Amino acid sequence: MSARDEVFADIRRSLRVTGAEAPRRAAVADRLACTPSGVIPARGKGGAATFKAEAERAAATFAEVAAAADIPAAIAGYLRERNLPATLRIGADPRLAALPWDQTQLDVSHGASDGHDLNAASVAFAGVAETGTLALVSGADNPTTLNFLSDNHLVVLFAEDVVGDLESVFARLRAVYGAGHAPRTLNFITGPSRSADIEQTLLFGAHGPRRLHIVFVGGHGG
Amino acid sequence: MLTESGAGVRVGLFVTCLVDLMRPSVGFAAVKLLEDAGCKVVVPEQTCCGQPAYNSGDRANTKAIARATMRAFAACDYVVAPSGSCAGMLAKHYPELFANEPDAEREAVAFAAKCHELVSFLVDTLGVTAVEATYEGVATYHDSCSGLRELGVCAQPRQLLATVKGLKLVDLEDSEVCCGFGGTFAVKYGELSDAIVAKKSANILATGADTLLAGDLGCLLNMAGKLSRDGARLRVRHVAEVLAGMTDDPPIGEGSAK
Amino acid sequence: MTVATTTPRFKENVHEALHDPRLQRAMAFAGNFVPRRAAAVARLPEFEALRDSARDIKTHTLAHLDLYLEAYEARVTEAGGCVHYARDAAQARAIFLDLCRRRAAKRVTKGKSMISEEIGLNDALEAHGIEAVETDLGEYIIQLRHEAPSHIIAPAIHVTRDDVEADFRKAHLHLPRDRDLSEPETLLAEAREILRQKFLSADIGVTGANFLIAETGTSIIVTNEGNGDLTQILPKVHVVLASLEKITPTLDDAAQLLRVLARSATGQDMSVYTTFSTGPRRPGDPDGPEEYHVILLDNGRSAMLAGEFSEMLRCIRCGACMNHCPVYQAVGGHAYGSVYPGPMGAVLTPSLAGVEEGGQLPNASTFCGRCEAVCPMRIPLPKMMRHWREREFERHLEPTAMRYGLGVWAFFAKRPALYRFATGVAMRALGLAGRRAGRFSWAPFAGGWTRYRDLAAPQGATFQARWRAKSGAKNGATR
Repeated sequence: MSARDEVFADIRRSLRVTGAEAPRRAAVADRLACTPSGVIPARGKGGAATFKAEAERAAATFAEVAAAADIPAAIAGYLRERNLPATLRIGADPRLAALPWDQTQLDVSHGASDGHDLNAASVAFAGVAETGTLALVSGADNPTTLNFLSDNHLVVLFAEDVVGDLESVFARLRAVYGAGHAPRTLNFITGPSRSADIEQTLLFGAHGPRRLHIVFVGGHGG
Repeated sequence: MLTESGAGVRVGLFVTCLVDLMRPSVGFAAVKLLEDAGCKVVVPEQTCCGQPAYNSGDRANTKAIARATMRAFAACDYVVAPSGSCAGMLAKHYPELFANEPDAEREAVAFAAKCHELVSFLVDTLGVTAVEATYEGVATYHDSCSGLRELGVCAQPRQLLATVKGLKLVDLEDSEVCCGFGGTFAVKYGELSDAIVAKKSANILATGADTLLAGDLGCLLNMAGKLSRDGARLRVRHVAEVLAGMTDDPPIGEGSAK
Repeated sequence: MTVATTTPRFKENVHEALHDPRLQRAMAFAGNFVPRRAAAVARLPEFEALRDSARDIKTHTLAHLDLYLEAYEARVTEAGGCVHYARDAAQARAIFLDLCRRRAAKRVTKGKSMISEEIGLNDALEAHGIEAVETDLGEYIIQLRHEAPSHIIAPAIHVTRDDVEADFRKAHLHLPRDRDLSEPETLLAEAREILRQKFLSADIGVTGANFLIAETGTSIIVTNEGNGDLTQILPKVHVVLASLEKITPTLDDAAQLLRVLARSATGQDMSVYTTFSTGPRRPGDPDGPEEYHVILLDNGRSAMLAGEFSEMLRCIRCGACMNHCPVYQAVGGHAYGSVYPGPMGAVLTPSLAGVEEGGQLPNASTFCGRCEAVCPMRIPLPKMMRHWREREFERHLEPTAMRYGLGVWAFFAKRPALYRFATGVAMRALGLAGRRAGRFSWAPFAGGWTRYRDLAAPQGATFQARWRAKSGAKNGATR
């Protein structure tokens, strides 16, 4: 008997089942297929305004631009205001590729990060209003390493991608990746990296980015 | 249910072994409060709710004691105890004790339904809103754990204390944090219990009150013992004594020689 | 068994902890979690409903654990990952070492994992010449100190800033001696730099899992630092160490649990990073591990499913119980001598390590009930501690004197007339002895009490004796 067989046998013995019982199998299959939601807080109904308030509460910063074309200038301005170098790493996301980067002084590089990128920008899969949380998915469009190896992480969030709650993100995920599937990595990010492990003093940039800046592309035409 | 007061209601006083043995004046204060509210108070021959055995893992003896207790109080409409932990034992744990015995469980559930802690019984069941008592002093109140978390005793003592003439009530920081008594815990883990009651003691002294009140004699003996060992001289009493206006006897831990 | 290393010495550990001024100073910080949780809960009207929902999901899952495990395994395999089963700690270590051998691994980075503590992974790796690097800042600090974590969320809560500076200076010898490490910021920056190099050069990254999702074959980790993420996306191999009860049916079910987890642990609505990982990198992914392994550990969980302690399997390791426990607040986590301290440790340790090893812990409780009041999964912790006491009573494991004393008490408590007589005599005598002072600073058989506090003297005749005298005087009836 393999370890696997023994573990299953031990579980089934404790539960006093064989595993073949039809009602149990139906209950499990049903839950996995229907994915029922539970209690969803009303807070998320506040939309983009709630998203902004909650994100700022988690120490992210938030700036709004009217249209996608304004993104490069907004990012360049953010870095300049903080005396940060005008360099930026991005992925292959088509929503960023078509933007007028050459109208700024930014030195833009592409692809995953090897740990030497001070600034990086990604596009969010969604923004969750109830907690001011960004959802980012892995892939060539927005490499996961950009989320964690940069010092300053700028995330573009389009107004139409703001949802109320986590459950709505999962619904979108299923639509894109198919039922029962998920991307390699789905990151829910709420504010910059932090630790309070040294005498409970709150410090940012524990391992991940010191700063998280959200560039919100407004819902007035976009 | 009851009309305005306890008119004609037969209440069995579950005096609790600590009150019975250590401080009968609390029992008499409880009787006065219940009679003032119109109840007929009876005191069946009784011993203990069984908590010491229960919390030591001796289920067999606990059940024997529980059966005896339920028998003793069978003829009462209500069973009222001046203690959150004893009332909690009767009202919450007796049914659990007999969980696998349908007949006994039925009896325990019916019994539990008529068991109450004293002050919450006065306020929530009898609708008492004020007491006729006077007490000159500044008091602070500790919330005993079982009463608070098992039975929801919190606002009621404060409500009634507010009607005691001459009494000023001040808040106790962390009033809902355990005092470290825990029954046999205080003896088995004396050093640990001492560390916990030391924090409680510091909070009590920080209020500047001259009187400490609570609804459980176990907690009161523990806190009074610590305060006096450390040289503090507060008057420590059971809340029933103050509400009943019966404060002629010396406070807990104080003798006749003053 | 590495679960309960010094638990039988609990009383001695308590004594040391109470007399350790550094620890006592640090434990004052642990109290901060209490108001933070309260504030987060106050801000969310749906919190109590979420607790019910979370409890119901776990109860349902545990009742169908075998089937959800099968579904989980199928999805992980479909996504290109590999599931391994370990009945006990030794098997889990063996599986992991085998993975290291196959990849000729020399360096392993670790996200926080209580399971890795439970199986003693770090020691096993060191014994085989493999460097194990804790990357959670708190875990890194205690790794340098060769200590065990003292709290499941804040493992270095007992360590002061001065301690950290001293440890860093001792360990990071390649850095300039005269560097300024007086501020927590500088200490953090140093740790970040050192650990960044480890992240980038690791062969294998190990994380725990807060939840394992059957619907998609996903593992979830919850961190504030991002160390768990750097641990799992940079090396070629990602290994997840998780015990069986982490299985959760669907993504939506995970959402229910996540909503109560961070709030209960640190008072945050969401931790900074909540990461869902499914299998190795996909074609076209520019980063991510090439291999994804999950080691599922039993080590006593399947046995717990059957009995009085099955509700303990609902625990999501938030730490709220210990944050609110007067015993934990007094002595910290190390005194428990177990991988799992606090109220949840008092219930879990005897299950995993046996009641002879772990039996002190469920006894060291006042049953104040605060743990149960704050547990997001509504686990009846005091009730289960009492069950352990029942097991110990059945096996005569408690001290003889105590058992004898309680036996005497019960003898009288079952016999009201005898009780009335014996207590009447005793209390009258004690009452007389203590009348003047009102209290005793010592009394026979009461040493455990009077060592630390005075014992109030009884008032004399018992209540029942006086009541009987009164009613007897009135009308001669006794009832």
